Amino acid sequence: MHAVDGVSFDILNGETLGLVGESGSGKSTTGYCILQLMRPNSGSVRFEGVELTELKGESLRRMRRRMQIVFQDPYSSLDPRMTVGNIVAEPLIVHSVSNRKERRARVRELLDTVGFDPSFTNRYPHEFSGGQRQRIGIARALALSPDLIVCDEPVSALDVSIQAQILNLLKDLQDQFGLTYLFIAHDLSVVRTMSDRIAVMNDGKIVEIGDAQYVYSHPREEYTRALLKAVPIPDPRKMKERKQERRQLQKSLADG
Amino acid sequence: MTAFIVRRLFWTLPVILIVIFFTFVLMRQIEGNPFRTSERNVPESIQQNLEEKFGLNDPWYVQYAKYVKGVFTLDLGPSLVLRGRDVNDIVREHFPESLELGGLAMLFALVVGIPLGMLSALRANSFLDYTAMFFSNVGFAIPSFLVATLLIYFFALQWGDVFGFPTSGWTTWQSKVLPSLALGLGPMAYFARLTRGTMLETLQQDYIRTAKAKGLRWRRIVAVHALRNSLIPVVTAAGPILGFLITGSFIIEQIFAIPGIGRYYVTAVTGRDYSVVMGLTVLLSIIVILANLVVDILYGILDPRTREART
Repeated sequence: MHAVDGVSFDILNGETLGLVGESGSGKSTTGYCILQLMRPNSGSVRFEGVELTELKGESLRRMRRRMQIVFQDPYSSLDPRMTVGNIVAEPLIVHSVSNRKERRARVRELLDTVGFDPSFTNRYPHEFSGGQRQRIGIARALALSPDLIVCDEPVSALDVSIQAQILNLLKDLQDQFGLTYLFIAHDLSVVRTMSDRIAVMNDGKIVEIGDAQYVYSHPREEYTRALLKAVPIPDPRKMKERKQERRQLQKSLADG
Repeated sequence: MTAFIVRRLFWTLPVILIVIFFTFVLMRQIEGNPFRTSERNVPESIQQNLEEKFGLNDPWYVQYAKYVKGVFTLDLGPSLVLRGRDVNDIVREHFPESLELGGLAMLFALVVGIPLGMLSALRANSFLDYTAMFFSNVGFAIPSFLVATLLIYFFALQWGDVFGFPTSGWTTWQSKVLPSLALGLGPMAYFARLTRGTMLETLQQDYIRTAKAKGLRWRRIVAVHALRNSLIPVVTAAGPILGFLITGSFIIEQIFAIPGIGRYYVTAVTGRDYSVVMGLTVLLSIIVILANLVVDILYGILDPRTREART
């Protein structure tokens, strides 16, 4: 059984590569394989020419300073027994990048950067809303000043009203720190606002990759077209037509 | 936190009153009486005098009120059977042994059980895991009197020259090893199984993956993130277990001839020694209540989410 097979792409320095696809298409698995949170059975992941799949133990651990991840679920991905301050400070501790005093200042600075009130460092994650918790997760990912951040559906667990805030924050941070993003999402409109280029995944394979605007306006693959038709539009009459079109597309996909 | 502890201590009072009440009523429901047993051939007039002396002819509510008053002035009354001894003496002389035995057994259970469960979880489905869990199952299933007998047979008799453990008594440290092991084996196996289960579950959590992504060493992930989150069910179970262990085990004390309180408890029940039964029951319930209080305090330390709910 292969969840992901034959996936090949490059991410350019400073760009955002959007990775879209329906649930179970292997988007997150791909993200985890890049960061070696899951080990691919075969294949190659290179980061600035370094082969990550061959790194082990200490050298891999050190590599994690350069590449981080923002997880999908801001509820389960934060240790409930740790204070906000400790969550953000822990990467700094384990990579011993600063002393205690510097660390405190850095944690406050990071929280401030992501729009989280730094006076709440002694509180626990359960005291905050999903959006606030996701800000904690982002501050944690930024702590070591990484170059690459994998954003694994960072807004799909959040309220629609909060989603835009977090997306804007991620964009601002990218400009500010020159970050490179692999932006994973199943929501095409979200990916569109974020990405320079887009890769479309289906069933563990990349079916289409290209310039973001281009993929949207001229989808080459039928699967991409079906996916685009799934984006809801705020007009019930048009929505009805689209559902009709989508059904036909899905039918032809199933037959072909 | 202080307010919480004070409030909890205050609530132990009605609990103790209820315990006294039920023990009192239940003991009086049992057939017989400390002075009218078939083994003792006491003349009728002496029996009546004795009953008069210990107030057994008073209405039950008078006896009950007298007893409650005694408990709150820390006087548990005289033993009705053992002449010239009161319950306070029995507790003072024999409770320390039971406390030490139970404490050592608990220490053994925690110090061996939790790491064993952790190792099993970290090496899940390995040979080590299967071996550890096999022995945990066995340890949990064998009754303590059999464990005690086997320990004596092998470590005190067969290989007694090598180990030098005596077969009974409670004096030197050597004499304390086998009883503690025999009493602690069951809880130890229980803690090991419990820790393994919760640890396996914790290791599946998303925040463990987060910790990995942060670049933590595996050892730190286990010690800081996994263990702390896994210990809550273990702490929950540990409270009552500690209570039962230190309040004396009749079987273990009997087998190893340890002068603990467990033996008095059982002989007091069969001899209808009302005041001894009542006194020990009250003592044991206070201990169980205190053990649970400690558990609740530990919760707050281990799990910040339970903290504000109670202040």
